[in-house]
Amino acid sequence: MSLPEELRAARPAGSRTIGGAASTWLERHAQSLVGSLGRLARQPFATLLTIAVIGIALALPAALYLVVANMRAVTADLGDTVQLSVYLRIPTTESQAKKAASAIQARVEVEQAVLVSPDEGLAEFRALSGIGEALQALTENPLPWVVKVRPAPPHDSAAAVEALAAELRQLEAVELVEADTAWVRRLHAILDTLRQLVFLAGAVLAAGVLAIVGNTIRLEINGRRAEIEVTKLVGGSNAFVRRPFLYSGLWQGLGGGLLAVGLVVIGLAAIEPPAARLASAYGASFTLIGLSMREWLAIVGGGALLGLLGAWLVAAYHLQRIEPRA
Amino acid sequence: MIRFDRVFKRYPNGREALSELSFELETGEMAFLTGHSGAGKSTVLRLIALLERPTRGTVVVNGRNTAALRRSAIPAFRRRVGVVFQDHRLLDDRPVFDNVALPLAIAGVPRREMDKRVRAALDQVGLLGRERSFPLELSAGEQQRVGIARAVITKPPVLIADEPTGNLDPDLALEVMNLFQRFNAVGVTVVVATHDVHLLERFRVRRIHIEQGRLASSSYVAA
Repeated sequence: MSLPEELRAARPAGSRTIGGAASTWLERHAQSLVGSLGRLARQPFATLLTIAVIGIALALPAALYLVVANMRAVTADLGDTVQLSVYLRIPTTESQAKKAASAIQARVEVEQAVLVSPDEGLAEFRALSGIGEALQALTENPLPWVVKVRPAPPHDSAAAVEALAAELRQLEAVELVEADTAWVRRLHAILDTLRQLVFLAGAVLAAGVLAIVGNTIRLEINGRRAEIEVTKLVGGSNAFVRRPFLYSGLWQGLGGGLLAVGLVVIGLAAIEPPAARLASAYGASFTLIGLSMREWLAIVGGGALLGLLGAWLVAAYHLQRIEPRA
Repeated sequence: MIRFDRVFKRYPNGREALSELSFELETGEMAFLTGHSGAGKSTVLRLIALLERPTRGTVVVNGRNTAALRRSAIPAFRRRVGVVFQDHRLLDDRPVFDNVALPLAIAGVPRREMDKRVRAALDQVGLLGRERSFPLELSAGEQQRVGIARAVITKPPVLIADEPTGNLDPDLALEVMNLFQRFNAVGVTVVVATHDVHLLERFRVRRIHIEQGRLASSSYVAA
């Protein structure tokens, strides 16, 4: 706090007109803005420490948010509708299979029953599994006839689907019934819970940022007590005395927000290659979802706002209580 | 311009600093405030600068009744009262220019005008050219004059000083008092609390003498 930028950093004078008053107002803010920045720059260690804490506090919920967003994206095309795979006994002839399929289709709980022949099944498996060459070695098709069943809406709750599966298992032609997408629902439920957790963690850490900035500003106010007293003594209003501290909070919050975005970007860059390898191992192509421009701005702007708010709360409380002695 | 009407002041610790003090200073008048230590001189100045409000009675400065003034109106009130302290209350980490310019910064005076006025004020107190010095590089008398320049830079109609010569040798004290008289000559109402006998003898101004929180005498003394 050795150099008085509030006084030094200035622009040409405006006249005493409305335009002049506006430019004077702007000039005073510009002075506070530059002055508070200069003060922060003269205590680089303390400033960087505060910014680091704010940055980490903001990066945590942002990272968690991206984890949830990416997992949702990965599982989105798996669909939310539960599907049953009904495997028919081997051997089953085509006419027996069709009969079984139409019997299943006739049930009231079933919206759609699609029959998949062993040949179609093999073709699909060959295309998706990535072990097509090994399949060439097979002399005959080992796959059964399969009926893919989609339950009708009132009967697609987890319990109803389980009941339907149990009934289908009783059918003579049926070997095995799998409710193969029930886990997707559970995953989505988990992700929804996680998303709530993101908001909760975000709120808690935002409060933490307020406390960090508030404490930093409180220390700054204590360190500049003499200056505040003299300023009030010669007629400085609370708003005038408060202004540099508000800018100080704003800068630190802004710095923390930028650091948080930086941390997230670095984290994504670190995770990208292994995630791509993982995806290609499953024969899928997958790109990580990063931060959109709007989310980017939300983090930086949120950090700045939290800094400003934290400074405001503390400054309003403490500056009221500093009155000049004589 | 300054009117005390049966002012009673008791501090929160129970000490009664003033009781039934009444006096009035016309616009452009100059007065010495005299009395023993603890007689209430500082309290009078604190009431004028609105660092305190009277417990009872009325203090009117620049036409404003300080008891009726809202908290938010205090800064504007203080800008019309220049205050000089015995310990000058300068900010040691800032150069002279910034110390003197502080009231102008508060008033939102544009930079170019600020330059001009700071130089003019420093010229008046004989410190032109010392803008870049820091207070601790200056002598006690020079520091005091920087404090005076800060007090008068906004051209307040009222100037008050609490023992402004207390730490100065007689020559410097005389110099400082001459300054106050020059401001008084251009219409500023000046109140100087002092118990410096030499000054009292040299300057022919009104004396407001306080004893135990009451007005003991108010008189003009010839040099």
